[in-house]
Amino acid sequence: METTSLKIGCATGFSGDRTDGVVPVVDTLIQSGGHALIFETLAERTLALSQLAKNQHPELGYEPLLADLLRPVLGSCLQHGIRIVSNFGAANPPAAARRIKLLAQELRLPAPRIAVLSGDQLAQPEQLAFLREQLGPDFDQLDIVSINAYQGAGEIAQALRAGADIVVAGRVADPSLVLGPALAHFGWANDDWHRLGCGTIAGHLLECGTQVTGGYFAVPGLKDVPGMDTLGFPIADISASGDLSISKALGTGGLVTEQTVKEQLLYEVHDPAAYLTPDVSADISQVTVAQTADDVVRVSNVTGHPRPDTLKVNICHHGGWLAEAEISYAGVQAEARARLAADTIAKRLGSAMKLRVDLIGAISIFADDAGEYLRSQPPSAARDIRLRIAGTHAQKDVAERLLREVTALYTCGPAGGGGVRTSLRPRLNSLSSTVPRDLAPASWRFLEDQ
Amino acid sequence: MSSLRNTCTVPLYRLAHSRTGDKGNISNISVIAWQADYFPLLKDQLTETALMKWFAFRHPTRVQRYLIESIHAMNFVLHGILDGGVNDALNLDTHGKALSFHLLDFPVEVDTELAKTLPDVKT
Repeated sequence: METTSLKIGCATGFSGDRTDGVVPVVDTLIQSGGHALIFETLAERTLALSQLAKNQHPELGYEPLLADLLRPVLGSCLQHGIRIVSNFGAANPPAAARRIKLLAQELRLPAPRIAVLSGDQLAQPEQLAFLREQLGPDFDQLDIVSINAYQGAGEIAQALRAGADIVVAGRVADPSLVLGPALAHFGWANDDWHRLGCGTIAGHLLECGTQVTGGYFAVPGLKDVPGMDTLGFPIADISASGDLSISKALGTGGLVTEQTVKEQLLYEVHDPAAYLTPDVSADISQVTVAQTADDVVRVSNVTGHPRPDTLKVNICHHGGWLAEAEISYAGVQAEARARLAADTIAKRLGSAMKLRVDLIGAISIFADDAGEYLRSQPPSAARDIRLRIAGTHAQKDVAERLLREVTALYTCGPAGGGGVRTSLRPRLNSLSSTVPRDLAPASWRFLEDQ
Repeated sequence: MSSLRNTCTVPLYRLAHSRTGDKGNISNISVIAWQADYFPLLKDQLTETALMKWFAFRHPTRVQRYLIESIHAMNFVLHGILDGGVNDALNLDTHGKALSFHLLDFPVEVDTELAKTLPDVKT
């Protein structure tokens, strides 16, 4: 196995991320003798949306931008031996793999070896029976869209060692996308908790794309970031001992500093001594960071502890309807008129549904759904207010009443209201549980063997 | 604070930076000192009790604080603060991504001499 370091880049941090970050990452990997590229494209709801797409058509249900992401780099990755690992298979990894095979043909490339992971989708009777036992009778009341277990890095590593050029996964833990290539590259044992912890934290730092390279960081005057329009996506350099450095694609905007790395280290972490994934309990409670060059930060003193006994499961289900409607008031008594409009709607709809009021421009984002904070604040002298009212109900026709009531403010509401916009959307809700590992075994196969 | 020293109050953003993450109905908010020597006074004043009070209008059920001394940072985990989170909340910001900027307005009592040296935004 290799003793040289692993250089691995990340080109998207979620489904909906910029798609033009990938070329500079791959160019930089090629220049520096890099090994692997990941795309992270799967948030909790993305998977449920993908399942709904697959229900509509059996060849859908993977990342819709898959071909756009891969087209500019597939040839150069294959030519330079840069392995591609991603969860862009979403609800339908086999269909994603077939699309990649077709893309290679379109581009007149040699056929890549594509591995397809499975085992994350839970639908077997014994799996459902276990969840029913865990969650109680409520489980059967849910209008379920998708149930997925978070799988780990083991099968990704096996597929890479077997020669896969591209590994297509559905639900795997995000950091496993990086740990898998590290396991394959170095041949680390699957109970080498220290190194598994290091590889997992490398993945944790990469998985949100530019959130470690100056994205989601800028505060003008306090934390300025150059080149926000051309942010570079991150690259990790992981050593055989587990030390790691974070840098970014050459010739791009953004920055990698101790501050950007610290913010991302703690992002979505609870106990820093126990960041749980299917692979390991990673530990950053003693972590140190050091700027070693421009846009290069070394991360040290990471470690790990034995992995959890169970796998996390995410259950997505239909959750009724979300109605939102907005109207603007400007000029004298703008906020007072917006508050009067809100009170009027509340009286008209009574207790028909749960409502929330926002006075955008005065009080909105920080406030609570119950409206306690809003009521506690005296009306301000704000002269440009957008009133937003949101409501939710299991039945579409009830939720729709909110849209009609806000629209009627045009003639029946306070003076000078304008710019009504309304939207009505189905909600996808989710809940979490766990299953024993042996109840949800993961596996992988090459596309041509399926 | 000692009455023998001249102190004043500054917003937390002059001493630290911060980012919010979410999982379900739980928000985590990091607080990272701009410099190591600011960290002790942040530890003294940004307590779990102080955070419970500062976020009282969002009704947290529990606040936990984890110290990561090696990077002069702390991580707050605020339970039950997201009105149900992305499932149930009606807030535009169901993830609570803006909450770090509420914390960054937290008033911290500092030595007047120190306050003169702290970074600030031009207003």
